[in-house]
Amino acid sequence: MSAMPDQLSRMTEAMPEVTQTTRTPKMAARDVHVYYGETHAVKGVNLDLHQDEVTALIGPSGCGKSTFLRCLNRMNDTVATCRVEGSITLDGKDIYDNKIDVVQLRARVGMVFQKPNPFPKSIYENVAYGPRIHGLAETRLDLDEIVATSLEKAGLWNEVKDRLDTPGTALSGGQQQRLCIARAIAVNPEVILMDEPCSALDPIATARVEALIEELKGRYAIAIVTHSMQQAARISQKTAFFHLGNLVEMGETTQIFTTPREERTRDYITGRFG
Amino acid sequence: MEHIVKSYDAEIRELRSLISRMGGLVEDQLSAAITALSEYDVELAAKVKAGDRQIDDLEIQVENTAVSIFARRAPVADDLREIISSLKMSAVLERAGDYAKNIAKRTIAIAQERPVGFPPTIVQMSELAATMLRDVMDAYVRHNADAAMDVWYRDEQLDNLHNTAYRQLIARMVEMPDHINTWTHLLMIAKNLERIGDQTTNLAEQIYYSVKGTILEDTRPKHDLTSSVTSGPDASA
Repeated sequence: MSAMPDQLSRMTEAMPEVTQTTRTPKMAARDVHVYYGETHAVKGVNLDLHQDEVTALIGPSGCGKSTFLRCLNRMNDTVATCRVEGSITLDGKDIYDNKIDVVQLRARVGMVFQKPNPFPKSIYENVAYGPRIHGLAETRLDLDEIVATSLEKAGLWNEVKDRLDTPGTALSGGQQQRLCIARAIAVNPEVILMDEPCSALDPIATARVEALIEELKGRYAIAIVTHSMQQAARISQKTAFFHLGNLVEMGETTQIFTTPREERTRDYITGRFG
Repeated sequence: MEHIVKSYDAEIRELRSLISRMGGLVEDQLSAAITALSEYDVELAAKVKAGDRQIDDLEIQVENTAVSIFARRAPVADDLREIISSLKMSAVLERAGDYAKNIAKRTIAIAQERPVGFPPTIVQMSELAATMLRDVMDAYVRHNADAAMDVWYRDEQLDNLHNTAYRQLIARMVEMPDHINTWTHLLMIAKNLERIGDQTTNLAEQIYYSVKGTILEDTRPKHDLTSSVTSGPDASA
């Protein structure tokens, strides 16, 4: 018994920087490094994403948060000079394993981008495209059902149900972003990644997307990159602060915004960065 | 390090200056109230009574400044804690000012009575309360949580002095019932001083929270026994 405190302190020192919980994470990143050619963009990040939880990734431009986010569904594969090291797992399985089907992975780990990017097709086709290529619907009726429920979950159904044939690009910016979320939801993802999804939206459209994120929280693990401190504070349960490629601090959002442990976190969120 | 937006710093400095001025005024009011009491100076007591208005005005200014910062800056981290603490401290200082004013009002009443010597414990209490107030405001200006905690612990001494003053005044009530009005007012004045001590501990707790980011959970031993005093055989123990 007398050795306990020593053992405990050694265990604590050996713990990775991530906030440890007893729950099994939906996604787990361990010692993740990302290089663009010679540039070391992400440096040894340990981070868990949990089901039922929104994790906000914050930090100044160029801190590596978006790069890290894009590792989580291998969007960085498309960048020729990009090299990812370390381990990223989804339900315990390495997503960088050679046997992984990347198209399948991106259905399970969906993504919503900064600028709404609907396909130049009808509202219906925008949502139906994914389920069709993934073979999720056997009949047209099945597909209609998926399109309707996805649009409903995205809070867009009532606004578009009478004009499903009109082009998705004809919607307002906020509606387009919710259409993109409906498109991501349509293929039954388990994780949704959002890269500054509201930065091109006005406050009302932003509030609608935030309300939607809150609705979706129970069903998916969500990670969101945002430059708005207030947005991170409003919608996330966990906040991770990145700086110069490092994950400086991660914790409960309330803790980060009232008593950050690291001075760099405090300087950033209070607007003291030079 | 300062904020990128300089006007944010200016607003926080303004808030600090208002709190410091409130603290300074309460110190002045307390010291003048005690001088008025010791010297039967009705004029000075009346000045203290009227002076409380300035403290009340400053409290409103603190509220307006803090609300404006909340609305426009959405403060977080140590900024958030400091602004919340400032709001609470202003309410505490306003209350402490009320106690000084109450001492002045009672002084005016006492001055109508025949003069009589006071127990010296009242003056000791007022000196300790004034020192605690000065030290806690000093800790505030220096963002020094340890110095604030030092004041927090000192309240025990003031409670002990209050217990003594209480017993002394009860004894005088028995011995010199002709001065019962004066003794009763002094009993309330002693209570006011004891309450000012309590308010300095509240200020210390706010400073601690603002600086450290955690709420003080340590329970301070309560030494004010006057609320359970009886006239039984142990009454004068």
